[in-house]
Amino acid sequence: MSTTSRERGGRARLAALLAPPLLWLILAYLGSLAVLLLSAFWTTDPFTSDVVRTWTTDNFRSVLTTPVYRTVALRTLGTAVAVTLLDALLALPMAFFMARVARGRLRRALLVAVLTPLWAGYLVKAYAWRVMLGEHGIVNAALAPLGLHGPGYGATAVVIVLAYLWLPYMILPIHAALERLPAHQLEASADLGAGTLRTLRSVVAPAVRPALLAGSVFTFSLSLGDYLTVQIVGGRTQLLGNVIASQVTLDLPLAAALSAVPVALVVCYLAAVRRAGALDSL
Amino acid sequence: MAEAARTDVRPVATEVTPAVRLTAVSKYFGAVRAVDSAELTIRQGEFFSLLGPSGSGKTTLLRLIAGFERPTSGRIELAGREVTALPPSRRDVHTVFQDYALFPHMSVEQNVAYALTVAGVGKAERRARAREALRTVRLDDLGPRRPAQLSGGQRQRVALARALIDGPGLLLLDEPLGALDLQLRQEMQRELQRIQRATGVTFLLVTHDQEEALTLSDRLAVLDRGRIVQTGPPLEIYDRPATAFVAGFVGTTNLLRDQAAVRVVGAPGTYSIRPERIRIADPEGPDGVPGPGERCVPGRIAEIAYAGAHTRFVIRLDAGDDRLTALRLNSAGLPEAARPGAAVHLLWDAADALPVPDRRPPNVRPGASDA
Repeated sequence: MSTTSRERGGRARLAALLAPPLLWLILAYLGSLAVLLLSAFWTTDPFTSDVVRTWTTDNFRSVLTTPVYRTVALRTLGTAVAVTLLDALLALPMAFFMARVARGRLRRALLVAVLTPLWAGYLVKAYAWRVMLGEHGIVNAALAPLGLHGPGYGATAVVIVLAYLWLPYMILPIHAALERLPAHQLEASADLGAGTLRTLRSVVAPAVRPALLAGSVFTFSLSLGDYLTVQIVGGRTQLLGNVIASQVTLDLPLAAALSAVPVALVVCYLAAVRRAGALDSL
Repeated sequence: MAEAARTDVRPVATEVTPAVRLTAVSKYFGAVRAVDSAELTIRQGEFFSLLGPSGSGKTTLLRLIAGFERPTSGRIELAGREVTALPPSRRDVHTVFQDYALFPHMSVEQNVAYALTVAGVGKAERRARAREALRTVRLDDLGPRRPAQLSGGQRQRVALARALIDGPGLLLLDEPLGALDLQLRQEMQRELQRIQRATGVTFLLVTHDQEEALTLSDRLAVLDRGRIVQTGPPLEIYDRPATAFVAGFVGTTNLLRDQAAVRVVGAPGTYSIRPERIRIADPEGPDGVPGPGERCVPGRIAEIAYAGAHTRFVIRLDAGDDRLTALRLNSAGLPEAARPGAAVHLLWDAADALPVPDRRPPNVRPGASDA
């Protein structure tokens, strides 16, 4: 009897402890997502722009059939893929150098250099790039002697700035994976006859792959949802984020239907990455 | 023409070509000297051990032979071919690492076949030979598993199979049994010996465990502070240690220096007397009297430690403050008077007090600055 009552007391305390965070997770987080999805099936009064709660799939139909939305969605997807590839390309040699070549003070300095921008404000960094990419900015000044001209504001600038913003999220997991890789494994590979390329392919790449995929989840999903960078350096370029932001006041249900697109893309990407086994270590 | 062709022939490994020959090999890490002008010859098919305490340079020596480190000076030959400047991938040598260094993302079979995969051997042959190698180490059924699913002893065997798969000229083993518990270690010692005999591959074992080195090796080299101080078969190393350090490190011994040597042995110098050579006798009894050529010193029992097969006595000698350790097999039965504080005579054949030079190599950092 006493054990069961004690057990019951323990359970009550556990419930009390877990209820607030669970409530927060379910109501505030999943709940808002559900409401968003639900409101995508409503419509608006064409004269007052007020939300009318009648059930319709028109919003999704127009998202899928309007050529502009399709173009914007594809451009957004393309931007996210380009940012992810660029970050992977930049992060791999950088992380390798930090984890396996640099020693002592240099190593610490590089780690700080990668981490520090994470603590700086997002807008500060984006506006810094706006200044640099401007017509009389440092980028054009540096390229002028070579007879070249910078990308200016536009889709290319968006990719460059997003890649810069999310680069630490790619470097850190790869760096951690490479640092964990035991030196004996590289030696064992060489000892059994493998050259550098073979060792990179057969021993280093499999160790780095899950980290690369985990990092790409960040760069990909963060790029899909971004709309501030586009406003700051994108010129007239429109991504899904901007379209949604501009529709929120005009036609909330349509904005909700539009926002289902990046959510669906991220879910698909996570499923693909999960199948590749990259989330096992999270 | 035939003459010219003959002079072009490279040295071939024969019975007389040693598997390993080191000539004046030294290795410095900055100002720290890890290996000091090592001279070493290992014969084909031999089970050879490098024995020394940690920091004696034995692992560095192994890494020099494997090619993971380049010597600061000197020359390394494997099977008659100079390899001093060659990378590990181009030496006919494989290594079994202390932590096994198996590739975690590959199956056991893929791990074992790695050297063949790298060499471009076809899949069917690769599988067949990997299975055969796994059979040699008695892991026939574990091919599809991942290393993480194996026990320590099984990983050890996989590492062995991986290193033996393409019949290397030399197998290097870096403290391979250090991570195993006692019973498994003894089992693996027998396995190593069996596999070495079955394959005929030259084994070079690095260990700090003197018993392991004595049990397994055909010959061994003892290292002290980066220098090889003695090379020879186990019996010779144990019975005729070249220095006081070797006498103390290989087995246990009573080392007597200076005044203690004069008091106990009766002559100046440094002497080693093995505990099992010392006889404990009742001073009143008939065997308490020294025979011809025997030395006898009186003392009192200070400690008695029962160790199963034998009992270890520490005797405090009446003259001076010297203590001697003596072993007595328990099959001989304990003397009645064997209690702490009891007076005894210690006797040994004068020839069992071995003179051992008390010189050690200079410290590892000769006049090095703090840099």
